[in-house]
Order: sequence, then structure tokens, then C-alpha cells
Amino acid sequence: METVLLEVRDLRTSFFTDDGEVKAVDGVSFALPLGKTLGIVGESGSGKSITALSILKLIADNGKIIGGEIHYKGNDLLTYSDKQMRDIRGNAISMIFQEPMTSLNPVFTVGQQISESIMKHQNLSKKAALVKSVELLKLVGIPSPDKRIKQYPYELSGGMRQRVMIAMALACNPEILIADEPTTALDVTIQAQILRLIRELQMRLGMSVIMITHDLGVVAETCDYVAVMYAGQVVEYSDVVTLFQKPKHPYTIGLMNSLPRHDVEVEKLESIKGNVPNPKEMPTGCRFAPRCPAATDLCRREMPALMKDVEGNDVRCWIYSEKWEGESEVIVYGEKRIAESRGTETILSD
Amino acid sequence: MVQHTPVAGIGQKRSSPRVEAYKAFWRRLSKNKAAVVGGVLILFFVLTGFIGPLLTTLDPYEPQISNKLKPPSAEHWFGTDNYGRDIFTRIIHGMSITMKVGFFSVALGGIVGVFFGIISGYYGGKLDTVIMRIMDVLLAFPGILLALAIVSVLGGSVQNMIIAVGVFSVPAFARIVRGSTLSVRKLEYIDAVKALGASDARIIFKHILPNVMSPIIVQLTLRIATAVLTASGLAFLGLGAKPPTPEWGAMLSEGRAYMQQAPHLVLFPGVAIVIVVLAFNIFGDGLRDALDPKMRK
Repeated sequence: METVLLEVRDLRTSFFTDDGEVKAVDGVSFALPLGKTLGIVGESGSGKSITALSILKLIADNGKIIGGEIHYKGNDLLTYSDKQMRDIRGNAISMIFQEPMTSLNPVFTVGQQISESIMKHQNLSKKAALVKSVELLKLVGIPSPDKRIKQYPYELSGGMRQRVMIAMALACNPEILIADEPTTALDVTIQAQILRLIRELQMRLGMSVIMITHDLGVVAETCDYVAVMYAGQVVEYSDVVTLFQKPKHPYTIGLMNSLPRHDVEVEKLESIKGNVPNPKEMPTGCRFAPRCPAATDLCRREMPALMKDVEGNDVRCWIYSEKWEGESEVIVYGEKRIAESRGTETILSD
Repeated sequence: MVQHTPVAGIGQKRSSPRVEAYKAFWRRLSKNKAAVVGGVLILFFVLTGFIGPLLTTLDPYEPQISNKLKPPSAEHWFGTDNYGRDIFTRIIHGMSITMKVGFFSVALGGIVGVFFGIISGYYGGKLDTVIMRIMDVLLAFPGILLALAIVSVLGGSVQNMIIAVGVFSVPAFARIVRGSTLSVRKLEYIDAVKALGASDARIIFKHILPNVMSPIIVQLTLRIATAVLTASGLAFLGLGAKPPTPEWGAMLSEGRAYMQQAPHLVLFPGVAIVIVVLAFNIFGDGLRDALDPKMRK
């Protein structure tokens, strides 16, 4: 059994707007084992980023964490004071953001920005911090780092800035690195470089990584465990091999089916019918029920809990419970797909 | 691994980007002829304010009744007033009062206003509401009326004039800074430094303040013009600097009675006020254009 470094249990974060409460994160649970990478996947607005920000308690003013537990090394971060959290942020848990273009302060040089956090958390002098900054830039693969630290963010390309962001995040040897869609704003070749860099650094420094993405390709390439999110909830949590070989939740299966494949020629990619529910008018039962091909009355009436299946993975779907009475052709659909990916000649037909 | 090197810089000698940015700023500013004239005038006024009073030979306070109400001549360039004092000398001495009032009152209003504006914009919520409603109340008064009220409470002197004009500059700064803070605060790099464990004070002063500096600088310059005008207005109404202080507004007020026979008594102080206010205004406009990123090509 692996040591769990960070465990999130039933996290709930809501935003309070003039139109009422918006449950952005509503019952998210997952575990991040030591030295591993956890992927959080989901579409826009599914609550991935809010989950990450909740871990660092960096929710905007009108938002509030209203329930749950975030255990880091046995302590619940939600009970920490602001001051204690500031010592955690950047030091034990670091975060890199989606937009490298706007994540650096335009009025300071790269060196000043990296050394800021070093000086704060490690009590080093300005000079020592600058020396460390040069080392960090070298670590993240930036050529001629001693020149780069004197430059301003606008003088660097997107890929370079993301490397600088990573250097800043790594400045104090964090145990957990949260990467919030670190490659979304970069072009494909740079994406691959950055992902490889994160993986290399993880191995070298022994960090655990939470990789937030909407790209299943990134998940397959980098993650050990995956939490799939839909409408503010984790609908499936398992290791990455199981997720790709045997997706269980109808939503995950839908996602898998909608991936383009190089070995099968299709006229049109599959899509999941319908739209993500409006967070202000969530369906009473399962949140995926309105779009789920297998939904029954039970699904529309009652929300399923995140349940352990026989293999020990978590899934939030009635199909896998004893209460299930409907047909489960959704699963068969998934099985077919898997069969095909194993090399059988069956081509999907409607 | 393929290492990509952006075209900018590496290997070639050049000055630091900060110097480059200043150079670009100067280039844009010096293209604006009106602003240059304004800037030179301001420099001249400041110098006059500092060393002018040391160079004048005549006493700005001592009456010389035999010499009263003389029109401009080679001996008295701007003529003499109703007590026979040399108006040119008095204007030079008044310059240092005007500059003092302009700079100190705006510095006072600026520091207080920027502070309230930035915490209001950064923290938002109830604090923001309370601060901004107080600012609204201050703004609801016409500036001169507010300054009048303050001076009548504190009593008329140059120092109290500075306080009064300072207080009425506070809301202008607070509003502008709050607005800029609101937009800067939402930028991702603020989240990024928060995620690195920076404290609120650090974020406010180290990361937000430098980014809202340009509107503050422009406002400082423009506000000095308003401050000079208000201070003169107060003195004119007899509530600022008291005669015989060679304050321009006070001089105007005194000379008003002789406007028919000796118009130079009001003409020169009046023109002095106009030129100073104009210089600060056109310089402020020029600064705004030079600092506004949208004007950059």
C-alpha cells in the first residue's frame, strides 16, 4: 500500500452570488500517493481548478469551502490559519497556472520574481537567492540562465515563461506541485517539452503532482491515478491503466468514445449529447442523468454516492450498485469499444 | 532537447530593459511639444520657488507708502501695490508658497488616497463599501467648499491650507487607485504569488502598487494644478494664507479694490496662477499620453 500524501474527502466549495449559491465543487474525494501523479480531468466548469485552488485555500472573496477535509500529512488544511497556509503555499504545496503569459508580474525581472519566494520561505539573502534562481532556471532547462534572470517577462516566449513559472514553483522544493492546465496555452511541441520537464523533475525531486487538464492524452502520458470530474463531483477515480482499459462511469466512457483514434476511421467523432447542467439548477438525482443513455428513474431521483467497485476503484454510478434495476447497455457499449481496442475486428455500428 | 532561443537579446550587447523602457517613455514624452513646454515651465517654477526669494533685493512685506500703486516700470517690473511693495518680488516669494501648497497638499492627498484606494480595491467587500462611501461623501462637496469648511475649523494659515487641499484630493486618488487595483488584482500573477505564499501586505505594496503607478503619477501632476487653484481660491476668500503673506490669491483679493485705477495689482498674480495651472495641466496630459500603453505603437 502506498503512502498517501494528500487526501481530499468530500470537499465542497460554493460561490455565493446575487442569484444564489453556486456549488462549484460538490463532493470531491481523491487521494494523492507519495511521488505519484494524480490527474484531474473534466470539461470546462466541472470544478477542476476550483478544487485545486481549494487545496491551497485561495478561493475568491465570494467563494467559500463549506465542507470536507483536506488531509496533508495527517493534518486537515482546512483548520489552518491564514498564516499557517502562507507557510504551506509555495513551500510544501506549489502551483503553476494555465496562462504563462499573465502569470508573471510584468514590472519585475524573472530573477526578482523567483528569488522573492526563496527569500520568504528559506530566509536567504538577496544574493544567495539570486544564485539559487540561476540554478533553478538551469534545472528547468533555460539556456544562459545568468542572462535570463535579468530579463523581464515580456522578453520571454510562452514556453520560457512556463519554465520560469515552474522554476518559481519549485524554488522551495515543494512536496506537491499542482499544475493547473500547464500546457493549454502552449503549442503542441512546447507542450510535450513542458510535460516531459515536469515528469523529469518529479522523478529527480520526488514530488507528487496534481495535473489538472481536460486532455485525456496528457493524462495517459503523465498520470498514475485519475479523478474524472463532472459538474463539481468526482464521478470516477482509479489508476490510469484501469481508467483507459475499463472506464466505468457512462461519462468517462462517453469521453473515451469521443477521442479521435489513429487506428479506426470514422466519419464523425462521437459526442456526448446535451450540455453540462447549469450549476445553479443542478438536477436532483445523478448530475449526468440528463445526458446518460442508461439513466433510469432511480438516477433521476437519487444522487449516487462515490462507491468502491470490486476492484477497489471509485465510481459514482447506480449501475454498479445493488439497487440497479435498469438495463446496462452503456457498459456493453464500453466493452465493445475495449474489445476493439484489443485488436478484434469489430467496428462499432449504431 | 531542442532549446529555443527567442530573437530578443541573447548574446548581443544592449542596455537593461528598464533603461530601454525609460528611453521609450522619454521619446514619447519629448515628441509632445506642449508637454515639454509644460515640463520646462514646471522646472522653472520649482527652481524659482527654491532660490528666487534669495535673489530678490526688495522686501515683499515692508510697506513703502510713498511708492504705492506705481505702474510697471524698469525699476518695478510688475509695478507696486497699494502699500508700495514691489509686485514682482511678491510674486517670486508667492511662487515658493504656491509650490509648497501644490506639492505638499497633493503628496498628502496622494499618500492617504492611494492607501485607501488600494486596500479598498484589494480587499473589496464591506471595507470597500465603507471606504468608498466616505469618499463619495467627500466628493459630493464641491472641492472649494470642503476646503473652506476645513480651513474654517483649523484656522487660516499656509499649513492648514495644505491640509485642507490635501483632504479634498484624497477621494480623487482613492477612486482611481481602487479602479486600477480592481483590474490588477484579477490578473493571474497575483494568484500566482499568492500560491507561492506571499502575504497581503507584500502583494499590495510589492506587486500591485508598481502596476498602478502610471495613473497615480498622471493624477499627481494634474492634481497639483487643481490644488494651486483651490489654495488661491481659499486665500482670495480670505480663508487661506492671510495678508501680508504674498500668496497669489491673497494678492488678488487685496488688489481687487484697485482694479479700476491699477489693474496690474490683479493682472500679474492672476496671470501667474493661470500659467502655473496651465503648465501642470498640459504636462499632466502629456504624461498620460506617454504612459498610456494604448498610445504606444
